[in-house]
Amino acid sequence: MNDSFLLDGEDIPFTPGQTVMQAAAAAGKYIPHLCWHPDFAAHGSCKLCTVKIGGRFATSCTVRAAAGQEVENRTDELDAKRRTLLQLLFVEGNHFCPSCEKSGDCALQATAYELGMLTPHFDHFYPDRPVDASHPDVLLEFNRCILCELCVRASRDVDGKNVFALAGRGTRSHLVVNSDTGRLADTDFAATDRAAAVCPVGVILKKRVGFAVPIGQRTYDRQPISAGLRADDKAGAGFGEAG
Amino acid sequence: MMRIETTDASAGGAPHKLKVATVSLAGCFGCHMSFLDIDERLLPLLELVEFDRSPITDIKHCGPCDIGLIEGGVCNAENVHVLREFRANCKVLVALGACAVNGGLPAQRNHLELADILQEVYRTGHGLAEGSRIPDDPELPLPLNQVHPVHEVVRIDYFLPGCPPSGDAIWAFLTQLIEGKDPNLGPGLLHYD
Amino acid sequence: MATAELEDILERHRRDPLQLLQILIELQAREGWLAPDTLSALAVALGMPRARVESTASFYSFLHTRPAGEYRILFSDNITDRMLGNMALMQALCDKLWLQPGKVSEDGLVSVATTSCTGMCDQGPALLANGRTVTRLTPERIDEMAHLIRRRVPVGDWPPEWFHVEDNIRRRDVLLDHGLAPGQALAVALDRGAMSILGEIERSALRGRGGAGFGSDIKWRSCRDAWGDAHYVICNADEGEPGTFKDRVLLSSYFDLVVDGMCIAGMAIGANKGFIYLRGEYRYLLDRLETRLAQRREQGLLGRNILGRGFTFDIEIHLGAGAYICGEESALIESLEGKPGKPRIRPPFPVTNGYRGQPTTVNNVETLALAALIAVRGGEWFRAIGTPASTGTKLLSVSGDVERPGIYEFPFGVSVAEVLEAAGARDTQAVTSAGAAGHCLAADEFGRRIAFEDVATGGSIMVFDASRDMFEVARNFAHFFAHESCGFCTPCRVGTAVNARLLDKLAADHGSPYDLDEIVKMHRLMQGASHCGLGNTATIAIDDMLAKFRPAFERRLHSPEYEPAFDLDAALSQARRMTGRDDPGAHLGDNRGALAEERAHAHGRATTTGVQGAPASAEPVSAKDLQP
Repeated sequence: MNDSFLLDGEDIPFTPGQTVMQAAAAAGKYIPHLCWHPDFAAHGSCKLCTVKIGGRFATSCTVRAAAGQEVENRTDELDAKRRTLLQLLFVEGNHFCPSCEKSGDCALQATAYELGMLTPHFDHFYPDRPVDASHPDVLLEFNRCILCELCVRASRDVDGKNVFALAGRGTRSHLVVNSDTGRLADTDFAATDRAAAVCPVGVILKKRVGFAVPIGQRTYDRQPISAGLRADDKAGAGFGEAG
Repeated sequence: MMRIETTDASAGGAPHKLKVATVSLAGCFGCHMSFLDIDERLLPLLELVEFDRSPITDIKHCGPCDIGLIEGGVCNAENVHVLREFRANCKVLVALGACAVNGGLPAQRNHLELADILQEVYRTGHGLAEGSRIPDDPELPLPLNQVHPVHEVVRIDYFLPGCPPSGDAIWAFLTQLIEGKDPNLGPGLLHYD
Repeated sequence: MATAELEDILERHRRDPLQLLQILIELQAREGWLAPDTLSALAVALGMPRARVESTASFYSFLHTRPAGEYRILFSDNITDRMLGNMALMQALCDKLWLQPGKVSEDGLVSVATTSCTGMCDQGPALLANGRTVTRLTPERIDEMAHLIRRRVPVGDWPPEWFHVEDNIRRRDVLLDHGLAPGQALAVALDRGAMSILGEIERSALRGRGGAGFGSDIKWRSCRDAWGDAHYVICNADEGEPGTFKDRVLLSSYFDLVVDGMCIAGMAIGANKGFIYLRGEYRYLLDRLETRLAQRREQGLLGRNILGRGFTFDIEIHLGAGAYICGEESALIESLEGKPGKPRIRPPFPVTNGYRGQPTTVNNVETLALAALIAVRGGEWFRAIGTPASTGTKLLSVSGDVERPGIYEFPFGVSVAEVLEAAGARDTQAVTSAGAAGHCLAADEFGRRIAFEDVATGGSIMVFDASRDMFEVARNFAHFFAHESCGFCTPCRVGTAVNARLLDKLAADHGSPYDLDEIVKMHRLMQGASHCGLGNTATIAIDDMLAKFRPAFERRLHSPEYEPAFDLDAALSQARRMTGRDDPGAHLGDNRGALAEERAHAHGRATTTGVQGAPASAEPVSAKDLQP
């Protein structure tokens, strides 16, 4: 089979069953995304990967590639929409990059750089969210959660533990952990879990290694997120050495 | 887009120096220090601009200006007055640095009640002198319940994020703005940290 | 709660984690809230992660994970309730009970809050008292209610007439005058067989009555053709669109026809099991419906070997718990499986991967009743009614500024003006044609026709006369969607909240032209980028109102300058209180006055000092910032 579709005018081959995102990633083409990860089932919630197929909006991480389809990706129209989505995520949570130890390895921040977001634009919600420092090896900083559910998927599908879930509805949606007390220390979570290394932002943080790599020399300080390297690959390895 | 015009009819069409005002509201002056980090490029810059109200000049009130650079967010009543003075006088107003853009470090008090903070800082905290009380001198500006980025209080034309934005970012931004372009930070100059 | 009671509930639900929502609803009804220990015990008993129990328990409005009082009073807050004065009644009740809306009284006795439309727009204002519907509220009823609550009289002992729900059928056509005996349609269908019925449905060109208008024959055929261990029929009775109440009437007075329709659908697609997903607001119907299902089982009209023809089909009723999103079919299925009602990624569609991953057809109550009618009268007969693209009749729930609110059955193709005439509308300014999620029509559009090809509707017709402030209608809708967004996707979760804040900003007199542009911007973003129909339709009516009734919004603009959304002077309130200051420096005015004053100063300084730079623009620009 030699199927292909057009992504911003470029021929992208795909195998049947692949989504537009999977095929683009395999071909080394960047479609902005936050909740998608190559190792996990697609979720389709962040909507950063919204593309246009035949003039209609579609979520590229969930829509199947089809032969001959014409996909618009990095157009001014779509990047403007994505910038607005990023701005909504920034004002919804408490994202203070200067005091975040994930800065430089954060996919939200790096995607905002990629899309040239200069301002959060909207009025900030400044939600009141707690921090959970109960676990000996891992800190949970809920202020930065973008509800991508990557940790939910990693803990459920890879670790087999179901440590995380989303609770609430609408803007009250929030991450909860699986214990009677609601504390991470009272779960079977371990710093070696896949879920400990998958957070694209600064919610799930391994303790004592936050500044092993100085600010300014981190994944997305060295190359834009569109170049394809994921901070979580490196972060997982890095913890193994330091731990 | 709001752009700077580099010639002025009232001056007979001859190029004139642009007037620039700067201020730090709820900021740490780090963005101003970074501004000085453009180092020797300050000299060519001074060929193009003159400073109005700014920590550099010690002028106390802003006159009509072409560019206003605001460092820091809005945390008290005086910040509001100064920000409005800048908005009224500056053709182009720029939010300079993380605190002006999203409130920054000071805004991390926003999930706390201001009354609780004042109580703890001035009345019940450790190490306070006997009889400590919350300052009530009318000379002192009252703090706002929450800290806000400048765009939540007045219209802002441009944003230059960073904590602080690097000297190179500030230089690139200002030179483009002075040339009458829409400033566009190239790769590597856009940072939030 | 006693272990025995919990055990009893668990046993009745077969300890099936898919029954989680139903179990939680029963526990909530007994305990008044779902305590942390209850959730933990349930997680252990069902062998599922506690976090997932918490997910479901915290998603639905009618489930409380914090104490909410022995008496939980929820005022229906649709715009029609507002027009009938619900806010004053709620305030009156709060005053009498010495509490604030949204808070539990200090003695833990009672809480009073609002909820989304309860489907009683034809007999509002309405409320739910511990889940039971009270209609036609008056100041007298509120007075009496406060007494009853203070005297701790159980809701079940309140005056029975308070709970009376009228049908208010104002115009009958082929459906509401069907004249069929219970089971008659089912008997005909069993005689004719599945393929013949599918043929009739195809000939009838029946389209789904929930609003989307998908071809029923295509849905049934693709479900029938899909491979699976079992097939399921779901009757979508989660009638949540503000302003609609026609399914309430069908369930209340035409239930046999609906059940016949479900059985016929089951026969057509090869299913033996059906579910009715009944919105929590219609809990008052549950016992009656269960009783009727039991009677039908005895009469051979449901269950094993129906009418002796060897066809087995049974129906289970599941309750919702206050979540509009569950009207979306994949969210409904998630909810039916005990999970939070978040729409699935589609495709795959429910017809191939629905309940328990099996082929499932989800049909509106009205669609199923019509299918039963078509089984008897035939597709050709049905297609002769209505318009070529929209066959048959449509039940319209008409409320708002009309003399005779209620249910109107009209053939498709009826004009909006004819509906208004029939309902006794006068001096009409606007009509929302599909609840909060559809277009808003102005007077020059009343000649348009109710039909999928013109004014598409699920049946919610709300009427606003010239005295109404369309801005407040838009604001009510914006808050509705912010409350009901499931929170799954970014544009809808945050976009609906931003929209509600923008309209509140205008209501608080802090608006500038900039804010109107922002409302349009959110409309453009959410259309297309949202995960499901809720986000994609949440701004349609608001955008229409802004375009067609712009003066209602512009009246709210008190400043050409950009103003903060928050009140600057109020933002100094805590500092004033803590310092005891009230001098002029302890206050702040708005931007408009302050900037004008500053500009006057600036000109003064410019002339005295002879600065050469151009003076600052005196023309205010409304935009907050210029980044696209």
